[in-house]
Amino acid sequence: MKILKTTGPTLVSLAAALAFGIALLLLAGAPPFEALWLLVEGSFGSASKISATLLAWSPLLLASAGLVITFAAGLWNIGVEGQIIVGAIAATWVARSLPGPVWVILPATIIAGAIGGLLWALIAGVLKTYGGVHEIFGGLGLDFVAAGMVVYLVLGPWKRTGVASTSGTDIFREPAWMPEFEAFGTSWPVVPVALGLASVFAVWLLLRGTRFGLRLKAVGRNPQSSFLLGIPTNRYILGAFAIGGALAGVAGTVQVAAFHHKLVPSISGGYGFLGILVVLLASFSAVWVAPIALFFVAISVGSTQLDLRLGLDSAYGGVLQGIIVLFVMIGGAWSARRASVSPTARGEP
Amino acid sequence: MALEIRDIHKSFGPVRANDGITFVVEEGSLHGILGENGAGKSTLMKILSGFYETDSGEVVLDGEALDLRSPADAIQAGIGMLHQDPLVFLPFTVLDNFVLGSPGPVRLDRSAARVELERVSDELGFRFDPERLARGLTVGERQQLEITRLMWLGAKVLIFDEPTTGISETQRAQLFSTLRNLAEDGLIVLFVSHKLEEIEDLCDSVTVIRQGKVVFEAAMPVPPDELVEKMFGKVFVEDDREPAPLGAPVLELSLATIEEGTSHIEDLNLSCLAGEVIGLAGLEGSGQRTLLRACAGLLNPTAGNVSVDGNSLNKASYRDHLAAGVHYLPAGRLEEGLVEGVSIAEHLVLTSEDTGFFIDWDAADEAAQQEINDYSIKGRPSSPAEALSGGNQQRLLLAMIPDDVRLLLLEHPTRGLDVGSAAYVWQRLLERRSDGTAIVFASADLDELLRYSDRIVVFFDGDVFSVRDVADTDGEELGYLIGGKERM
Repeated sequence: MKILKTTGPTLVSLAAALAFGIALLLLAGAPPFEALWLLVEGSFGSASKISATLLAWSPLLLASAGLVITFAAGLWNIGVEGQIIVGAIAATWVARSLPGPVWVILPATIIAGAIGGLLWALIAGVLKTYGGVHEIFGGLGLDFVAAGMVVYLVLGPWKRTGVASTSGTDIFREPAWMPEFEAFGTSWPVVPVALGLASVFAVWLLLRGTRFGLRLKAVGRNPQSSFLLGIPTNRYILGAFAIGGALAGVAGTVQVAAFHHKLVPSISGGYGFLGILVVLLASFSAVWVAPIALFFVAISVGSTQLDLRLGLDSAYGGVLQGIIVLFVMIGGAWSARRASVSPTARGEP
Repeated sequence: MALEIRDIHKSFGPVRANDGITFVVEEGSLHGILGENGAGKSTLMKILSGFYETDSGEVVLDGEALDLRSPADAIQAGIGMLHQDPLVFLPFTVLDNFVLGSPGPVRLDRSAARVELERVSDELGFRFDPERLARGLTVGERQQLEITRLMWLGAKVLIFDEPTTGISETQRAQLFSTLRNLAEDGLIVLFVSHKLEEIEDLCDSVTVIRQGKVVFEAAMPVPPDELVEKMFGKVFVEDDREPAPLGAPVLELSLATIEEGTSHIEDLNLSCLAGEVIGLAGLEGSGQRTLLRACAGLLNPTAGNVSVDGNSLNKASYRDHLAAGVHYLPAGRLEEGLVEGVSIAEHLVLTSEDTGFFIDWDAADEAAQQEINDYSIKGRPSSPAEALSGGNQQRLLLAMIPDDVRLLLLEHPTRGLDVGSAAYVWQRLLERRSDGTAIVFASADLDELLRYSDRIVVFFDGDVFSVRDVADTDGEELGYLIGGKERM
């Protein structure tokens, strides 16, 4: 009964979002069911498509896991995009400058990405705790700075041999690529998926079973009470930023070392903002992050097919994702309202 | 013209803030509304000024029943309210503040408004520089600006809510003469205060409200002891106190000066011995919270010294105070004590002394069940704080007090609790006292103060007004002291 009560409104919202999505397709003059089927086929239709979906899933898992931590601490970590970018820059620096075999470079790029993201997040954290700058504004500003930095690096110091191009730096040498696993006629992103799933599991464990996680949750829900209970709130806020930033930074490493194999201007892939939507939809719980993130990347990866086959812009995928989140949140707000308003106050007997 | 208030009812949940209030104020009178905190006077004024809608009852002005659904309706009907903090926009000029909220066409005619400002302020005897920023005005001048604005908008009734808070003696004298002039010109002036002296000085009639009801109406002058008795009711105290043996001083304040907002506690010498209970009396916001916060380490004294068990904690952080055995329980149980969405068991884990990284939830649930039994909390280990009743939230907060606490600072420990829960809270607190804990608590309940304190510190107007041994005082005297008067 309880499950029905909580998932019921969500299912209604999903149905409404789907109906709205279909209406949009009709407006655009596209055959709606074919288009939706293309989304499925484009993301899961073959071994190589599944592999591509999993590769996109990994950075989204990492970024979302980090966001679960910052949300638990009551923080809107809008700076997550910048943290992915700086993680990617740090990983690129290591990949370009560190000699040696893959078993040296792989951990080095992962650690570099984590440190890069962590430091970038701590700037927002220090601005918030000691500078009185709200993390939304600090994070947004830092996103722009990071986006500028990556363009500067790609066109400047790290430009391709010969001519500078926005298509990115030179391809890394192969030991800096994340190793893949060959099976079913395609290569599988084993390392990124392992990193992504491990991060979600670790975050779940941290919030569920540890003193740190419980205190983080208390700080997020009521900083005033938490402070009076003797919890050093600023330290916990900075800790949440550090963990969230580190995970976002590793997502950046995955982007450069497993997907592009070079640094490109749009290196974050928008996974930071998409991660915020995923975590909102998962109602801030780590358990739901993995399936919802998979659903979202499936839409993203699959929507490229719309362009190829139906001449629809692939931006439709993003539109659909946004609609789903909006409808689910409206549904959530609506059922919360129903729950809080007593029958008599609604004028019912 | 008369203002008639007819059988006004207003409830917030189970609390009946106004429970059938009826009275009439005639034209040209300066009418005082007197009552202790929570008596219902603010609620009534907010109804008159359109902030709240009534549950039932009506407001009649000049024979016409008013339909007040918003402050704009009230002003339209001729009822203007001056809030305790004048509603002035500090970054705006005097002129802009004056025209703000006035009805009129989209285009603002500043030059016409300037003429009006001058005309109305001249009539009232005020002088303003229209281009001056409101930020540069004193609180008294801000009030004058508000009065000017409300008069221009055609106010026939002016409500003043504790208008003398935060203004100087001269400004107060000036304000009072303005109020007298307004009344002479035929306005109805409602003057809300808890200061007996001001009501005596100013008003020609008075209504006393207690527990949402009118308990007394009369033309002034009325003997002050009668007003005190009407405000607080008769206080009966059974003599069942058994003072605990007192030990060495735990809390010591020497010449402490503490400032926060309108509170200004100057050169306070006070000590609380082990096993002693000190009650802080006074109307809300008279400085009790400021003293508690300073003792808890949330506020640094600007001068003097605060020490616990002989160790000075003057510049020490809040966490240092915790380590020294100081425990502070603020009034807002769910705002400053507990965390919504966090369960009983989780709260107890948060305050337990275990510091291991992982939590053993089975053990934690078991420990929580033990505390739930010990403190008779109605709830399960998994119940979130907000699902508990006020009494059970307070029991949980008591359970969260560490065992080795030396000084307990409590703000309204039994506010909103039923008699049984309140008695239980005190039973547990007195157990702590017997163990040698020093207790300082603030309360608005005279009965509670007289029953449990060894000494009572009375606050008035942001500072300590008097310190009394409980054996040498009684409810009537406390009523006087709280109102800022010595008993004659």
